[in-house]
Amino acid sequence: MIIRIIGQGQYNVKSSLFDELNKIDNKIVEHVQKGNEKGYKKSLAELIGKIVKEGDVVDHKEIIESDVIVPPSDMTLEEARQVFKGTGIFEG
Amino acid sequence: MGLLNRMGTVIKAKMNKLIGRMEDPRETLDYSYEKQLDLLQNVKRGVAEVATSKKRLQLQRAKLLESSEKLEAQAREAVAVNREDLARLALERKQALISQITGLDKEIATLEAEQEKLVEAEKRLSTKIEVFRSKKETIKAQYSAAEAQVKISESVSGISEEMADVGMSIERAESKTEEMKARSAALDELLAEGTLVDFTAGEDDIERELAKIGKQGSIETELAKLKSEVGKK
Repeated sequence: MIIRIIGQGQYNVKSSLFDELNKIDNKIVEHVQKGNEKGYKKSLAELIGKIVKEGDVVDHKEIIESDVIVPPSDMTLEEARQVFKGTGIFEG
Repeated sequence: MGLLNRMGTVIKAKMNKLIGRMEDPRETLDYSYEKQLDLLQNVKRGVAEVATSKKRLQLQRAKLLESSEKLEAQAREAVAVNREDLARLALERKQALISQITGLDKEIATLEAEQEKLVEAEKRLSTKIEVFRSKKETIKAQYSAAEAQVKISESVSGISEEMADVGMSIERAESKTEEMKARSAALDELLAEGTLVDFTAGEDDIERELAKIGKQGSIETELAKLKSEVGKK
């Protein structure tokens, strides 16, 4: 499974990690809804930390699409809200 | 829907905007390549802009530090001549400058990290562009239109994702740089208004007071010397 962390490049991660990442993703959504900045930051750091630790960096020469896109590590809670609303830089 | 799903949608939308749909799929390759080169220039500009902002904050920091060192020296001098009031005033001003310096340190670190990220993004992108360029020529030369279509959409999608990533990173760096610029301008304004006095230029009130004490001191010493001389006679 190829995962891109915005601003950091792509990682090749075992598919078995998907469930775990999904759980953290759900926690992030909860934190964003509740406006819990501390929890949000912690979960995002955990998510990215896991991918970086478990994954292998994809060679820069590879041109491939990712299966999962992870937001940048320094994304603020406000920016995360924008992602859900589809506003600002995160218009989708 | 999770954040990762949403992020995927956001990037997909950005990718779709980047991929020009040409009638001849081979033209799509050339079009994409041109866009890639444009983007590479943008990243380079972004790096330069972040570096300039950082430089500006560093200059401000150096100036504030110089002022705070001067205030510290003044406080010492004031204590030496038993003027606690003056020493206190100097230390209060120094404190205000130190908190500004701490704020600047944080911002400089943010810009530093931003610059590093963009430099890395530039490296990744330029490597991919180089690979894309040679792939593009191979595809154009070797494949029939139908086969080319598949190969083209694979490589164009792959590099468009990288481009969407880099594009987003530049935008975020720019918005951070804008914030810092505003702060830096506000600091300049404070210095100009005298709210934060620029102690590096000219003589300030504490310095004047200390100089007066210094003069008085030397008069006293001289007087004492004269008195003792006269007394000796």
